[in-house]
Amino acid sequence: MSLRRAQILAVWIICLALACIIVARARYITDLSAFLPAKPTAAQQLLVDQLRDGPASRLILIGLEGADDGVRARASAAFASRLRGDHKFSSVNNGEQVTAERDREFLFRHRYLLSDRVNAARFSGAGLHAAIEDTIDELASPAGLLLKSLLPTDPTGEMLHIVDQLERTPAPATSNGVWVSPDGARALLVAQTAAGGSDIDAQADAIAAVRTAFAAIPHEPPAGASRPLELKMSGPGVFAVAARAKIERAAVRLSIAGSLLVVTLLFAVYRSLPALALGLMPVVSGALVGIAAVALGFGAVHGITLGFGITLIGESVDYSIYFFVQSRPQSPAAPSSWQQAWWPTVRLGMLTSVCGFASLLPSGFPGLAQLGAYSISGLVAAALVTRHVLPALLPNGFAIRDVAPLGSRVAALLQPLKRLPGSTVAALSVIVAVAALAVLHRHQATLWNRELSALSPVSMEDQDMDARLRSDLGAADVRDLVIVAGPTLDDALAGAERAAQALEPLIDAHAIGGFDSPAAFLPSAGTQAARRDSLPDPSTLRDNLRKATAGLSVDIERLQPFLNDVEAARHAPLITAQDLQGTSLRSGFEALVLHQKDRWNALLPLHPAAAQAIDTARVAAALQAARLPEARALDLKQESDAMYAGYLSEAIRLSLAGALGLIILLSIALRSPLRVVKVLAPLVLAVLTVAAGLALCAVELTILHLVGMLLIVAVGSNYALFFDREAQVHEAGSESLTLASLVIANSSTVMGFGLLSFSQVPVLVALGTTVAPGAFLALLFAAVLSRTGSSAPEPSRA
Amino acid sequence: MRRCALGLFVLTCWCIAAGSAAGAPMGDLDEVMNLLAMRRHGRVEFVEQHFLAMLKRPIESSGELRYDAPDHLEKRTLMPRPENLLLDGGALTVERGGHRRVLDLHRYPQIKPFVESIRATLAGDRGALERVYNLEFAGSLPRWSLTLVPLDRELARVVKQVQIDGSRDQLLRVEIRQPDGDRSLMTLRTPAAP
Repeated sequence: MSLRRAQILAVWIICLALACIIVARARYITDLSAFLPAKPTAAQQLLVDQLRDGPASRLILIGLEGADDGVRARASAAFASRLRGDHKFSSVNNGEQVTAERDREFLFRHRYLLSDRVNAARFSGAGLHAAIEDTIDELASPAGLLLKSLLPTDPTGEMLHIVDQLERTPAPATSNGVWVSPDGARALLVAQTAAGGSDIDAQADAIAAVRTAFAAIPHEPPAGASRPLELKMSGPGVFAVAARAKIERAAVRLSIAGSLLVVTLLFAVYRSLPALALGLMPVVSGALVGIAAVALGFGAVHGITLGFGITLIGESVDYSIYFFVQSRPQSPAAPSSWQQAWWPTVRLGMLTSVCGFASLLPSGFPGLAQLGAYSISGLVAAALVTRHVLPALLPNGFAIRDVAPLGSRVAALLQPLKRLPGSTVAALSVIVAVAALAVLHRHQATLWNRELSALSPVSMEDQDMDARLRSDLGAADVRDLVIVAGPTLDDALAGAERAAQALEPLIDAHAIGGFDSPAAFLPSAGTQAARRDSLPDPSTLRDNLRKATAGLSVDIERLQPFLNDVEAARHAPLITAQDLQGTSLRSGFEALVLHQKDRWNALLPLHPAAAQAIDTARVAAALQAARLPEARALDLKQESDAMYAGYLSEAIRLSLAGALGLIILLSIALRSPLRVVKVLAPLVLAVLTVAAGLALCAVELTILHLVGMLLIVAVGSNYALFFDREAQVHEAGSESLTLASLVIANSSTVMGFGLLSFSQVPVLVALGTTVAPGAFLALLFAAVLSRTGSSAPEPSRA
Repeated sequence: MRRCALGLFVLTCWCIAAGSAAGAPMGDLDEVMNLLAMRRHGRVEFVEQHFLAMLKRPIESSGELRYDAPDHLEKRTLMPRPENLLLDGGALTVERGGHRRVLDLHRYPQIKPFVESIRATLAGDRGALERVYNLEFAGSLPRWSLTLVPLDRELARVVKQVQIDGSRDQLLRVEIRQPDGDRSLMTLRTPAAP
C-alpha cells in the first residue's frame, strides 16, 4: 500500500516536473495569430498579411489638443522632429514641408520617366504643338500665373501632370505649416512604425517612444485659461497594445479575485488548511499539464489560452470538492470505497466534458483549438490526480467537517418539488423549452454576431477617437484594395501598371472614385525604359519643335532649356527605389509595397466614388477580364468578417457534432435511453434558457458564448450524472452528500464566472454571462427533473 | 494649394466687378461698398488678356462672370477653351478639359481669409476686406479707381496689385499686376440683353 502510494506520488511529481519544464521553455505568443486561420485560403492569406504587416497596420495616428493653435503648431514641429530621429519609425508626417524642395526637385528631374503621357506621339510635331498649346492656354487660367516659370523647361506640362496625379489623394488641412483638424482644434501627425503591426511588443515600444517624445517637447505654459497640451493616439497598433494590456489586466485581476472567492468558499466548507491545499492540487496540476500539452501540440501557446484556459478547467475544482465531501470516513463511501462508489460517475462527467471540448479541437480558429486541447488535457490530468493522487496524499483518518447537514437543508428545500407529479414537471420542461425556442426563433436574424469587431476589447470611446482622427486626416480606413503579387519588386510594379489600366474604366463608370498605386511613385523599369526610348534625338526634337511652334505665340529660342533637358533625360539612368530616399515620396511609396519572404506585393487602395460602397466583385471581374491572375481585389472588412463567420459556423457545427458524441457516450455508459434523456434534458434546458435570456437582453451571441455553452454542458453533466447515480444506488446518507457537494461545486462555479460578467473585456463578459446563470440553471433543472421518479420528462430536444 | 488660393483671390476681384457692374458708382468707397452689399445677382461679360514676357503676343480669353448672393460665384470661360471656376459655399470647383476637381475649402484653413474677404465684400464689410488687402480709392464719379494690394506676403509674391477701374455706372476693367512685370487685363461689359 505505502509502496504503491510512493509510486503514485513519484509518477505525479515527475509528471508535474516535466510539465513545469515544458511550461518554462514554451514559446508564448501574444500577436493576432490566435484569431487568424491556421490554414488560410489565398484571399485569407492576403488579409492575414495586411493585418499583420500591411502599411495600415503600422500607422499611429496622433492628435495634439489643448493650449492654443500657435503652441500646438510649435509642439507638432518639435514632436515630429524628435520622432523622425527615432529608428522605430519609418516615417513621420505632420504636414511640414520638410522635404518639399527635394520632392519637387526629384519629380522635376525625372519628369520624363514619371509622366504617363510620355510617348513618341507626344514628342512628334503635332503632339508637341497640342501639348504646348494646352500649356499656353493654361497660363491664362489663375493657376497659370504660377506655371509660367516652368514654360521654357517644361512646355508640355509634364511636371504639373505628375503633381496632379499624385495629389489625387486629399491632404489634411494645414495651419501654421502643420496638419490640423478641419475645425483647427487639434494638430495632427501620422507616424508609421518600422515594425509590423502584429509585433505587439514592438508596437508597445513605439507607443512608449511617442509618449516619451511628447513628454520631452517643451510644454509652453498655456496662456490664460486654456487647457494644457494633450496627446491623443489611435491606430491598429495602439488598439492591439491596449487590448492586450486590458485582457491581461482583466484576466489577472479577475483570476485573483475569483480564486480568492473560491478559496474562501472552500475554506468555509472544509475548515481545514491541508484540505484546502490538497483541494487545489487537481486544478493546479490540470493547468500545468494543459499548458504543457498545448506547448507540445502546437509549438507555441497563445496569450488567450493562458488567459481563459484556467476558467475552462474550473470544473476540476469540483472534482476535489466531490472527493472531500463524498469520501468522509463516516459516510458509506470511505476514501477507498469512494473510488468504487463515486469515481465512475466523476469519470463519466469528465468524459462528457472532454467530448464537448473535443469539438473545439478541429477548429480552424487556432485560439479555439488551443483552448480545446488545454481543457481536455487539463481535465483528464485533474481527474486522474483526484482519483489517484489525492487519496495517496490524504493523511489517514483525515476528514473535513461534516457537510451532510447542508445537503439535508437543500434536500428539504427541494422537498416541495419532489411532490410534483412527473407529468407536471415534464410539461413544465416542455413549456420552458418551447418558450426558449420561440424566443430564439424570433431573434433568429440577430442571434449571432458575425463581425470580428464583436470580439474587440476596444472601448467605444477609443473607437470614436479613431474615427475622428481618421476623418480629420482624410485617411479613411482602407477597406478595399487591389493587391498585385510578383517575384520581384519590378514585377509587382509592372503588374500594378497593368492593373491600373484595368481600373481606369471603373473610374469613368463611377464604380470607384480612384486608386493609389506605387507605380505612380516608381514606374516599372520596362515602363521607364519605354518612356525614355520614346524621347527623340536632339535634331529630330528640334525639327519637331520648329513645326510645333509655328503659329504658336512662343519662340523656339525660348525653349532651348527644354531641348537640353530632354537630351539629358535620354541618357539618364532609370529611377530605382533608392532614388526616392530623402523625399516624402518614399513613405508614400513604401506604404503601398509589401515585401514578404519570396514575393513582393503592390497595393492599390481603392477610393469609393462619392459615398458609394465599392463593389469588389465588379473590380475582380474587371481584373479577370484584363487577364491579370496576379492581381486580386480584396475587401478587408468583408474578408475578415467572412473569416470570423466561417469560424463561428464551423464552431456551431462542431459543437453539434460534440453533442452527438455526448449522446453516444452516455448511451454506451448508461445503457438506458431513458437515463440518457434524463441526464441530457437539464443541460439542453439550461443552454436554451441562457441563450434565450441573452437574446432577450439584446445580446448578440459570439464564439465565446458558444464556448460558454460548452462549459455549461461540461459542468452541468456532472450534476445530472450525480442525480442519475442517486436515482440508481439509493444509499443511506448518500443523497445529502451528493446535494452538499453539488451545491458547493455550483457555488464556486457561479461565483467565479459571475465575477467575469463585471469585466470590461467583452470576451470575458460573454463567458461569464453564459456560464454563471447556465451552471445554476443546470443544477436546478437537474435537481427538479431527477425528483420525478421513474416518469421521465419529454426530451425537449437532445 | 497656392494655385487654389490664387484662384480665389482672382475670383474676389471679379466678384467685386460683377457685383458693381450695374450699380451706380460712388465717389466714396463706403458708398460703393454699400451698393455692393445691396446687389443680389450680377452677370457681366469679360474679355481677358494676359501679357507675358515670354510670349510673342498676349493670350486672350473671354466668357462671363456670375454672382448670386450670398456665396455663389462663377467664372465661365468660353473662348478659346471652356473652363469653369465655381465657388459655391465652402467648395471650389474647377472644370477643365473634361476634368472636374472639387476642393473642400474647410480643409484649407489658410484660404479662410480670402473666402472671408469675398463674403465681406459682398456684405459691404470694408473692415474685413481691409484685413486682407490694402485699399486705395481714387478718382471721381466719371472716372474712379480702386486699388487692392495684398497684405499677405505669400500672395504678394505672385500678385503685386489689382486695379479696378470704373466710370459712372460702368465697370471698365480689372488689371492684375505681377511682381515680374507680367500682367493681365480684363475688360468688362454688361450684356446687351438680360
